[in-house]
Amino acid sequence: MLANGMRTYLFGSLSVLVAWLTLVSWRTAAVPEKLSEYGFFTGKLADQQPAAGVVPYTLNTPLFSDYAEKLRFVKLPAGQAVAYNDTSVLNFPVGTTLIKTFYFSNDFRNPAKGRRLMETRLLVHQAEGWKAFDYVWNDEQTDAVLEVAGDTKMVRYIDAKGENRQHAYMIPNLNQCKGCHNRNEVMVPIGPSIRQLNGDLAYTGKKENQLAHWQRSGMLTGLPALSTCPKTPVWNKPETGSLNDRARAWLDINCAHCHNPNGPAMTSGLNLRISETDPTALGILKPPVAAGRGSGGHQFDIVPGKPDESILIYRLHSTDPGEMMPELGRKTVHTESLALLREWINAMK
Amino acid sequence: MKPYLCILMICLIYAQAWSQADVQKRYQTKLIMAEDGSTIDLDQGTFTFTSTLSLQDKKRIVIRGKGVDKTVLSFKGQTDGAEGLRVSNGENIVIENLTVQDSKGDGIKTMNVKGITFRNVKVEWTGGPKAENGGYGLYPVQCDNVVIDQCTAIGASDAGIYVGQSRGIVVKNSKAHHNVAGIEIENSKNADVFDNEAYENTGGILVFDLPDLVQKQGGNVRVFNNYVHDNNLPNFAPAGNIVASVSDGTGLLILAANGVEVFNNRFIHNQSVNTGIISYLLTELPIKDKAYYPFSTAVSIHDNVYERKPGPASQRGRYGKLFEQILKGGQEVPNIIYDGIADPATFDKDGKPLADKRICIRNNKNQSLVNLDAGRGFKNVSLDAAAFDCQLAPLKATAVNAR
Repeated sequence: MLANGMRTYLFGSLSVLVAWLTLVSWRTAAVPEKLSEYGFFTGKLADQQPAAGVVPYTLNTPLFSDYAEKLRFVKLPAGQAVAYNDTSVLNFPVGTTLIKTFYFSNDFRNPAKGRRLMETRLLVHQAEGWKAFDYVWNDEQTDAVLEVAGDTKMVRYIDAKGENRQHAYMIPNLNQCKGCHNRNEVMVPIGPSIRQLNGDLAYTGKKENQLAHWQRSGMLTGLPALSTCPKTPVWNKPETGSLNDRARAWLDINCAHCHNPNGPAMTSGLNLRISETDPTALGILKPPVAAGRGSGGHQFDIVPGKPDESILIYRLHSTDPGEMMPELGRKTVHTESLALLREWINAMK
Repeated sequence: MKPYLCILMICLIYAQAWSQADVQKRYQTKLIMAEDGSTIDLDQGTFTFTSTLSLQDKKRIVIRGKGVDKTVLSFKGQTDGAEGLRVSNGENIVIENLTVQDSKGDGIKTMNVKGITFRNVKVEWTGGPKAENGGYGLYPVQCDNVVIDQCTAIGASDAGIYVGQSRGIVVKNSKAHHNVAGIEIENSKNADVFDNEAYENTGGILVFDLPDLVQKQGGNVRVFNNYVHDNNLPNFAPAGNIVASVSDGTGLLILAANGVEVFNNRFIHNQSVNTGIISYLLTELPIKDKAYYPFSTAVSIHDNVYERKPGPASQRGRYGKLFEQILKGGQEVPNIIYDGIADPATFDKDGKPLADKRICIRNNKNQSLVNLDAGRGFKNVSLDAAAFDCQLAPLKATAVNAR
């Protein structure tokens, strides 16, 4: 009995060792184990102070990620620039790394009360294409460690209204990265397009338009007059765009990475790109294809004037994994954007 | 001796760490790290996952359990992801000898896979038929060379075995029961569906072409040697889905499909529509897709066996009331229903149907049919089979090179 148990144990251990060695060799072959090994930051790693050549950026209307805040940085290969194009995500040269750190402030009303870094995601443009690597921050907040299989952690914070919040926060596995970063099954960045970058950012105390800054520092070539560049409105700032433009901007960054003709949700026929002009493709009076119970019993994705009868609203409101949209990376309801989209559908005739 | 001890120690430390580690991470890591050409063997037992397991960008992978009901991947309590198992962008993938249970959304979804085989796989929702069950059991979409062999699907709130927007399909030796739709072939080209048993679903087998999809039109679908019986389960699909409009008591329903040959099947005791051939127009849903063709053409129903218990069609679907209105006292509900909505372009200038676009129904045992003439407000409802007594050229068989 004992001998048998021992044998099973040793046998199990041996297979585990093999798996572990495979894992180790795979990891050490190409990818640093810890975020600190890259040298992207100076000083205390958790302070996220970019080193030379690492440039912070922000998007006008970002993806909602369960109220996580994000720090974004780009590191271009030395001496290289990205060329202007105003239709799609910028075509960053091989050697570029996009860096995004997700964190929760302890108190959203007062950032001085500290924060908890959750994960730092890297998109690295290698010769064979973009690769995603996710580094999960340790509890001590001293470093972040490579994780291929994802994780779920509880987060607690006081939200912007002063309410205590607690919910699960999902860290994606490597396959899930490509669930969104996918164009014709090729991994691609989603956010940094000209229209999303066309806005101000405080650079070491001095506010400047990001495109102007990138051009001035040799990161961007071919920039025409700023006034001619497209600009995504800020979804929750009415002064930056019309109701329609802000709703479309929100749908574009939150949905269109899948819901486009070359994305993972192409099978649905629902396309939420900012450039989409066909009302049916946009969901207006379009019956669902494979929504299952995600339909919420409704007939159409969008019913003009009737947000409560629109599947789009139903699925954005649900947190049931069998119904909700997006399928991943949301445990909470984004009430503020739902209000915008309801207003948008209400105003449709 | 020393290095050996060292390795042993590492073994013990990691064995302990891993035995405590979440099974989710262990299996997901296996799937991410799998080398092309490898086999991922799953242990016997029931394993519970909280998130979708996914395989992507891989070639020649076999995911192999120890057998149906021996290796059970349970997604009861799933908190992340809409599917149980998901395979995307692969080539020559085999999933076999395992059970997937109770996923929040679809059971096994495979998308953009060239060569996907499901063999001896069961997907089920264990709490009986419920609207809260996931939509599709086996769900290959936009795939080439699909084989579904010796599989079972139970409890899907849409279709148990669903093949959508794919090319080159064989579904055989499989069972589907207690789903809304047992087996569905949708917007797919070149499919052979044979030697299956579809029973106690709302609808046994569906062949559909729907609008607004990437792959616009299916066709060349053969349905033969199937046993399709007792599909009288009240529809439990969430409203809004096209399948929610399928009446209970449906054996086979052909909706806006072109090039369908149905033969040597047994359609037994499907009490409303043992076999139906209809246009998308009958759904009364709007059509905005200009490339969409809403009519069923070139459909051949021959050499099947029909049986139906006496009595009315189900009152839950639309057909119960319809038959009450159109059938005279003593007339039995016919086994085959054609809505009569035809594309005017499929008739010549004398009003005769073009030979290769016809609906042909002949040589079925207990054959009885009704042409509803639904396009003209059911004016000339006809039980006369003569207009359908014709034969189309047999469709070509679909061969799939399966692993």
